[in-house]
Amino acid sequence: MSRITRRHALGAAAATALTSLALAGLARTAGATSARRATGHQPPEGHAGHDGPQPFSETFQGRRIEGAPSHADGHHGGYAVRIDGEELHVMRNADSTWVSVINHYETFTTPRAVARAAVIELQGARLVPLA
Amino acid sequence: MTVRKNQASLTAAEKRAFVDAVLELKRTGRYDSFVTTHNAFIMSDTDNGDRVGHRSPSFLPWHRRFLIQFEQALQEIDPAVALPYWDWTVDRTVASSLWAPDFLGGTGRARDGQVAEGPFAVSGGRWPVTVTVDGRGFLRRALGSGVAQLPTRAEVESVLAMPTYDTAPWNSASDGFRNHLEGWRGVNLHNRVHVWVGGQMATGASPNDPVFWLHHAFIDRLWAQWQARHPRSTYLPAARTRNVVGLDDVMRPWNDVTPADMLDHTRHYTYDTTA
Repeated sequence: MSRITRRHALGAAAATALTSLALAGLARTAGATSARRATGHQPPEGHAGHDGPQPFSETFQGRRIEGAPSHADGHHGGYAVRIDGEELHVMRNADSTWVSVINHYETFTTPRAVARAAVIELQGARLVPLA
Repeated sequence: MTVRKNQASLTAAEKRAFVDAVLELKRTGRYDSFVTTHNAFIMSDTDNGDRVGHRSPSFLPWHRRFLIQFEQALQEIDPAVALPYWDWTVDRTVASSLWAPDFLGGTGRARDGQVAEGPFAVSGGRWPVTVTVDGRGFLRRALGSGVAQLPTRAEVESVLAMPTYDTAPWNSASDGFRNHLEGWRGVNLHNRVHVWVGGQMATGASPNDPVFWLHHAFIDRLWAQWQARHPRSTYLPAARTRNVVGLDDVMRPWNDVTPADMLDHTRHYTYDTTA
């Protein structure tokens, strides 16, 4: 509750700054993954690894959706997805399909498909971090 | 003794008592703590890491304990209330009395998915949705939109016929009864019902919709029916197994209850009919 209130209190400028930070974060983690690949480093169990999906960035139904490999804590599957700069919690299943916190009982073949499904489900609403 | 009944057979007074107790739990703030707990487990249960509430053998005992805790909270408000169950193989359309305005209310309106009638409509002022990932403060549903058909009785029977409780790797890729009931493999029972309801029921914060409890009470009953059909089968894994709750391991968040403690539901409640 307090988090939502605080977020609502943030001005548009602050929100834009947050989005920029998030994008910089995405770029950094994507770069780190490339370095890992160059050295042949094996990713830890449960992370996307060498066969993981590629980054994407597109506008879908008026929303900016982005995805990139990430090795930060909490990114199950080693991949981060954002909608208009806010992280969408996603998870990779054992069979390499994906779910998100917005569509958690239905599997999708790629992070892009899970992001697009979330955009449709959101009907224009903003993502708000829960945990 | 608590007797869990088919929601279709509840009297008007029983429906009212259930709804009133749920609304009171919401008013005091306790309801939302159940939503928060469920979402925390949904987000942290992973196929290759620790998994307790979902995509693991303990999916069934975890939800049994979760529902007992919720039912006890309702009974502190009204001792006569028990959780009803929704047999979605029978009551499988939006015309079911389950979705009438005197019980759970119906599907969401086309524009924004908002449930606009019944006791849980936001306009009634008693069902604010606050534990949410998208800031929309009203209950949403899209009955039959995400997937056209609820599971059939024949599909349920095909899963009840599976003699093995669960198999390695003990996750969403497993063969066996638990994962087919949960729905990550095969004809898809439990997961599909969440998708069929839509709205918050399709998200990690699915207990925001009171139908969550009626859905899981039926899943719980199917576990009891499976036990009756396979008396020589039991919970697996029996031994301590990495990242997974074995038969005698304690389950988070309670840390004082094991799957073995949850095998016999009759210590806590019975059902109105056995088959």
